[in-house]
Amino acid sequence: MMSNNNKKGDLLLTIENIKIDGFSDERWHKIIKGINLTLNRGEILGLIGESGAGKSTLGKAAMGYTQPGCKIISGKVIFDGTDLAKLNEYEKRKIWGTKISYVAQSAAASFNPAHRLMEQTISAGNRMKLDTSENLKKDAIELYRSLQLPEPENIGSRYPHQVSGGQLQRVMTAMAMSPRPELIIFDEPTTALDVTTQVEVLSAMRKIVDQFNTAAIYITHDLAVVAQMADRIKVLRYGEEVEEAETREMLSNPKEDYTKSLWSVRSLIKPEETSDNMMLSIRNIDAAYGSSKVLHNVSIDIPKGKTVAIVGESGSGKSTTARVVTGLLPQLKGNIIFDGEKLPPKLENRTREQLRRIQIIFQMPDTAMNPRQTVDEIIGRPLEFYHGIKGKERENKVIELLKMIELDESFLDRLPSELSGGQKQRICIARALAANPDLIICDEVTSALDQIVQEGILKLLQKLQKDLGVTYIFITHDIATVKAISDEIVVMYQGEVVEQGLKSKILNPPYPDYTELLLSSVPEMDPDWLTNLLNKRSL
Amino acid sequence: MSENLSYSAKGEVANLVQRRTKFERLKIALSKAPFSAWFGMIVLFIYFFAAIFAPFIAPHGEAEIFPVAYAPWGDGHIFGTDQIGRDIFSRIIFAARNTIGICLIATILALFIGTVLGIIAALDRRYVDQILSRIVDTLMSIPVMIFTFILLSVFGPTNLNLILILGILESTRFFRISRSVAVGQVVLEYVEVARLRGEKLSYIIYREILPNIASPLIIEFGLRFIFIIFTISSLSFLGIGIQPPSADWASMVRENAILIQYAQYDITAGLTPLIPAAAIALLCVSINFVVDWYLYITSGLKDDVK
Repeated sequence: MMSNNNKKGDLLLTIENIKIDGFSDERWHKIIKGINLTLNRGEILGLIGESGAGKSTLGKAAMGYTQPGCKIISGKVIFDGTDLAKLNEYEKRKIWGTKISYVAQSAAASFNPAHRLMEQTISAGNRMKLDTSENLKKDAIELYRSLQLPEPENIGSRYPHQVSGGQLQRVMTAMAMSPRPELIIFDEPTTALDVTTQVEVLSAMRKIVDQFNTAAIYITHDLAVVAQMADRIKVLRYGEEVEEAETREMLSNPKEDYTKSLWSVRSLIKPEETSDNMMLSIRNIDAAYGSSKVLHNVSIDIPKGKTVAIVGESGSGKSTTARVVTGLLPQLKGNIIFDGEKLPPKLENRTREQLRRIQIIFQMPDTAMNPRQTVDEIIGRPLEFYHGIKGKERENKVIELLKMIELDESFLDRLPSELSGGQKQRICIARALAANPDLIICDEVTSALDQIVQEGILKLLQKLQKDLGVTYIFITHDIATVKAISDEIVVMYQGEVVEQGLKSKILNPPYPDYTELLLSSVPEMDPDWLTNLLNKRSL
Repeated sequence: MSENLSYSAKGEVANLVQRRTKFERLKIALSKAPFSAWFGMIVLFIYFFAAIFAPFIAPHGEAEIFPVAYAPWGDGHIFGTDQIGRDIFSRIIFAARNTIGICLIATILALFIGTVLGIIAALDRRYVDQILSRIVDTLMSIPVMIFTFILLSVFGPTNLNLILILGILESTRFFRISRSVAVGQVVLEYVEVARLRGEKLSYIIYREILPNIASPLIIEFGLRFIFIIFTISSLSFLGIGIQPPSADWASMVRENAILIQYAQYDITAGLTPLIPAAAIALLCVSINFVVDWYLYITSGLKDDVK
């Protein structure tokens, strides 16, 4: 194996005043507008910023790579003495995968489903003939072991679909680590994972980067996560640097308003209230997809005009519960009582009035809106369909709704592709409001959004509840969001309700085991949080 | 926590800075169209112009018989006359009307039947999909040409039968395509939102799904149009397609095929049967050029150009 003789602390990577343009819609746009960056050996640099800030583009530029449709306009990327921006494809390929490697956000989409994990883990080493296949395999098994993968000897013979998302992300880290690179770029490696899995992946990554004294660039939009990983943090916005500081300095004393706003959602607080008047009662529901049963005897009560948060990791049945309530997935047994009357299980058997009174807002606003319809059509359709409002009156009502969600009539003829993520989600909220519902189910509505946009959406939802008295079911895996908006909390695990009660009761000890695990896995704004947590758990 | 973050929902930066109208987009697309696309569009324009205004362009009537059969080129008849003395040039123009008209109607019928059933199958994956898909499999397992032969000999070779038979048989391809593309769309939340709203099936098909699967269907429409022209031409060449006295390119090839033997005495005589054949070929090549260009615009291919 390659030995790393270079000392920790030597300069490894310098990016000088880099500018990158991207080509879309027949025009060139500025993506990175002149950024400087330095990275020493063995150091981890965190890059944070909301989507569109150019953090991924900058991370890839550190490899001398740009996505198709992008080009480096000016600036230098000096890695270990050579300017990567000047090398040709062949020379760059010799460096990629061996001296610099890359861990992508979605491991599931980044593995070739037709090859076994082991082949893919050692492919870079094989390509560059770093060592014999046998030795590379032995080394990969060691890496699997230090990344705490189950059955390190055998997991390499599985295919990507045969392991879980968190395991796949760790295999990808092993793949990046296999040639012992000098620099690893982590591009939002835990964003797609649950909090409980995220902790495992983070600790594995940190350990292995430490072990081999590798430099890393860690890209994320979650400040609490980057605080666990990085020595230094650089904040980006609109392709420009906002500020850079040591991690502890950045957390305790951020200088720019923008940086402060990045964790503002955690400052939202809602006093809890409850009511004996139930809007919705779910009674002993069982539900299944085909032959696999996903809900077991679930009972939940939703008080009128209040917010109930359903929390749990993916696969816990939170979204399935929502599908049963909406009628998309008829339950096998049990009843749903909505405002005193029993709802038919099947969507087709519900009246238009029943459909109108329950609305749902989905996680991904991109797929929840028809890409070929304008905002006017999207919001106007429920008005026309449920209330028979047409023509000029309809347009006025749509504008009124747009103002309610803090947008205006200039958005009327826009298509979803011409809106930002937060604006799209607001349009989805307006569409739900257009029906004038009594109950809105919010299925992970903020998890695809940046912190600052999340805060805006949550504030809006709170305001709407105060003004209109609408009831929310809020499905999420983000405890910070739950603290910010809920009155009551339901904890779900493997299709069963673990706990249900007022926010103050659930979020304060004593906890059932699972609630404890879930709550303790939420990253905190403390650089020592992960270390402390791991120490505590290993006891 | 300071409030001067200047954050507002309106101020969020969206992907697109400036909106272009459809007309502007078309202008940009046309200005970048390659030569082949322009060639295709101009040729298609000429064909459709000829088809629509045939009676005004053609120097003689479609079935008008002149005293001299097999007249040579020039001399009042640009491409001479056929075996019973009809003006070949005029018949080529009228044939554009018959062939393109019948093929176009058959293709539109196939598109309509196939797409609607395809989306319905995608929406109900349990029974409807199974039944429709197995019927389509059965139809597709029989060669179109032979099946058309049989059906035409049962029902008689009228234009209406030709359109109905080909429309139904070729709709299987549209069914396959629209079903497979729509399957990817119906699972998206916007379709669920429409279902949850209580929308009718027809609204979901026409307003929600169809606009989003239009591109592959338009491309398939172009290609299927060519295949239907081929099928009808083959049938006509064999004498069971478009019936005389209606002019048709393929039957003109057959009627004048004998002239090829006289090519050694008069080269133009030898070329006469090839002219209607060339008309078919040129039409198909032109459609292909335009479809290729459309495919290039609507697919992600162009993004790879640095």
